[in-house]
Amino acid sequence: MNKNFLLKLGSIVAIVLFFLFGIFGVPKSLSAQGLLAAISDHIHLGLDLSGGTQLILQVQVNDAVNVVAQNAIEVLKDQLRNRKIDFADVTQPDPQNNPDHVLLKGVQASARGDLLSIVQERLPEYDITSDPNDTWTLSMKPSMLTDLKNKAVAQAIQTIRNRIDALGVSEPTIEEHGQGQYQILVQLPGIDDFGRVKDIMQSTAMLEIKQALGGPFPSEQAALQDKGGVLPADSLLLQGHSMPGAETEGPAWYLVSRVSAVSGKDLRDAQASTDQNGQPSVTFSLTGEGGQRFYSFTSAHVGDNLAVVLDNKVQEVASIKEPIRDQGSISGGHMTEQQAKDLSMVLRSGALPASIKYLQEETVGPSLGADSIRAGVRAAVIGMVAVLIFMLVYYRGAGINADVALIMNLIILLGFLGWSTIAGVNVALTLPGIAGVILTVGMGVDSNVLIFERIREELRNGKTPPSAVDQGFSHAWVTIVDTHVTTIVSAAILFIFGTGPVKGFATTLTFGLLANLFTAVFVSRFIFDWVLSRKQRGEALSI
Amino acid sequence: MEFFRNTNIDFLGKKWYFLAFSLIFSLAGLYSMLFWHHIPWGVDFRGGTLVYVRFSHTPDENAIRSELDRAGLRNFKIQRLGAASNNEELIDLDVRETSEQALDLGKLKIIQALETNTPAGKTDLNNASFLTIKNYLMDKDPLHIGPDDQKYGAEAQAIVDYRDKVQGGVLNSADQLQAASGVDRAVVASLPDVFFVSDFGVRNVEIIGPQVGSQLRTQAALATLYSLLGMLVYLGFRFEWIYGVAAVVTVFHDTLITVGFFSLRNIDITLTVIAAILTLIGYSNNDTIVVFDRIRENIKLMRREKLSDIVNRSINQTLSRTILTAGLTFLTVLALFLFGGEVLRGFSLALVIGILIGTYSSIAIAAPILVAYQDWRIQKGKRPAAMAGRAR
Repeated sequence: MNKNFLLKLGSIVAIVLFFLFGIFGVPKSLSAQGLLAAISDHIHLGLDLSGGTQLILQVQVNDAVNVVAQNAIEVLKDQLRNRKIDFADVTQPDPQNNPDHVLLKGVQASARGDLLSIVQERLPEYDITSDPNDTWTLSMKPSMLTDLKNKAVAQAIQTIRNRIDALGVSEPTIEEHGQGQYQILVQLPGIDDFGRVKDIMQSTAMLEIKQALGGPFPSEQAALQDKGGVLPADSLLLQGHSMPGAETEGPAWYLVSRVSAVSGKDLRDAQASTDQNGQPSVTFSLTGEGGQRFYSFTSAHVGDNLAVVLDNKVQEVASIKEPIRDQGSISGGHMTEQQAKDLSMVLRSGALPASIKYLQEETVGPSLGADSIRAGVRAAVIGMVAVLIFMLVYYRGAGINADVALIMNLIILLGFLGWSTIAGVNVALTLPGIAGVILTVGMGVDSNVLIFERIREELRNGKTPPSAVDQGFSHAWVTIVDTHVTTIVSAAILFIFGTGPVKGFATTLTFGLLANLFTAVFVSRFIFDWVLSRKQRGEALSI
Repeated sequence: MEFFRNTNIDFLGKKWYFLAFSLIFSLAGLYSMLFWHHIPWGVDFRGGTLVYVRFSHTPDENAIRSELDRAGLRNFKIQRLGAASNNEELIDLDVRETSEQALDLGKLKIIQALETNTPAGKTDLNNASFLTIKNYLMDKDPLHIGPDDQKYGAEAQAIVDYRDKVQGGVLNSADQLQAASGVDRAVVASLPDVFFVSDFGVRNVEIIGPQVGSQLRTQAALATLYSLLGMLVYLGFRFEWIYGVAAVVTVFHDTLITVGFFSLRNIDITLTVIAAILTLIGYSNNDTIVVFDRIRENIKLMRREKLSDIVNRSINQTLSRTILTAGLTFLTVLALFLFGGEVLRGFSLALVIGILIGTYSSIAIAAPILVAYQDWRIQKGKRPAAMAGRAR
């Protein structure tokens, strides 16, 4: 036993122990049940095995851009008026496709200097270019635009996480999905009827309190007529719940100020409660700064009406009897108790910066997940045992060598999954992932076969066992690297383009093959050397 | 034990048979892809709604069909899944019934249609989740212990576990739960107040909006293309470029035949099938590389011999390894196909076919391309290409 041999043995044992710990940790009992419980603690199952729901959401990032553009339009108008510059109109020419473009019409070229300084000082996120016919285009700086969109996605993720956490879903996954498509992947283990969860997630919950300037009107036309055909500047018409006291149910229209006194950002808390009529409602309180603004607004407008607007729908209109500092309530619209609870929760979690569209929904019932585990494990065990037996029969002594390498390969692969849980990365085992494990066994044994066949060939050519082993390994090594690289290239592409289950497959396959390089070459070589060192000169090798 | 020893088969001499075999299968597949079943994209690629249901009795497909008709659904297919004794059906709703505005409308309609004779205001216990049951128990408090999150959470979990893990997802009646461990009798007795028990449980739902479908199709095509390109580049780097071309043509041939088979049999090509095909691109290359490696080695050793002899020799020398590893991988994949369950069926089928074709093609397609290229160069009067590749 030389030192080199002991060093190798030591490192192999250490690696096996390291990965065994990844699989089992320190099991409470060594019974089959205890071990099984330890495994299920350490190996994180994917949704397709544990059961649950997966959603892919599209964040309509253009919404967030539109908000900024609308604000820019207001700022621009304000500034132009302040500086007494004539202008015809400020609009968004194409809010659908180019929400960051703002078109300014009717400003003469002589005002160029003023215009540039307005944009520079007040709208630094915009570039301005002049077009023919006294027209100017403001477009957002590309870096600002991407930044804004990414922020919208990040904020949407945070908001959805807050809401899901409040519902008590355990271990949800909420993360950006794909590259630069502004999509969010939501995984909810154990949730398979989630209508309410979905409503709650989707609710934009944009709360605004505005000054009510007129209404209710039975229709848009009626409102327009009342104002002489033109809406007053800085006001807009919003739909509300049915006309109070109206005999027939129907929408009512309110004229409200464009600017909000306070908005959802100023909320400190929201709670479900009941109003003076005993109807479910939501009361909210404002932050210090928001309360200050609300106080000065209400002080200035005692006697006027204010409108509580949720997601661009007027919830209720009330008159301001006295200045209010930091309290308010939302009622009306025949809320149920559950709706009031959900609304208060959603308000607490913050508004979504942009609306959300569902692209994909997948629900796996827990019974199917349990069946899949059973089927997958059964297939894996049968496949594995078949390979192990074959290697023993076909290569006899060397078959043991291959089998040891294969079993170690499996331990390292599962241990890797276990360690990912310990490290908090949670590489989940999915059903295709189990298939990846099985495939690793099938493909991993390829390395052994390559080496063994080569050794046999060298022996046939009359080499001594030690030199045949040496030649076999060195010749096969290049081929093994080549074959591993090609498979891993495929798996890497799969990993980049796949979602959940497919990703799980790519992960187990890649890591399994990497582990195979170690077990089939290093460990297997070590065992050969050990066997050879115990043989007499000229004694045959069992292969 | 040894299956192949000193084989000396003239593989290149049989290249016309191989060519005929490959052409027949490729063309049949291509024909089906173009004119018959086309590419049978699975729901993840074409968009639509897939609801996989298990019944507590043998389902009557005609009754289901007329119930769905009555619910106003038009473009759907119903098909039995697995053995008849499983009582499982797959309802496949076309993308035309799946709008981006209300993605899950089709699913809701299907479930409503199946829940005939629903008692007013009651929830289906077979399709209620842990959270629903727990919320109900907390509200109702049948044990009179107050809203105890832990206790009622455990009760709800026990109910769900019994339904899903012991009864396979469908209860016949709420009374069955009396046999479940960890569920109080008082809890079981209170369930009928709010719940009823339908004759089915939803095992799996997949809803893919039209936008995602087309996006995924592009991605799948791109991923396959990148994979092939990656192989071409790697092999071009490791060997001569003609090896890369031969390998990629071979893999393309494998992919074509595998996809063609799915088209001929009209089996859905889902995301996992694409995953299997991408894996095969890597795997099929393994075999090809092993043969190429040996050809390269032998070219250096046998400078005077004809390339076709060298190639034949190389194939024979690696034949044992090729057949063995393919056989072993095939063994594991076959286990997957036979025992891996319904969900993985398409995936394992693609692997089963792909491994057979991939092994065949590394012998019958890849190596002959090298020889054909050489012959072509000689015919054009150029000197034979230096096939030895770069020194490593």
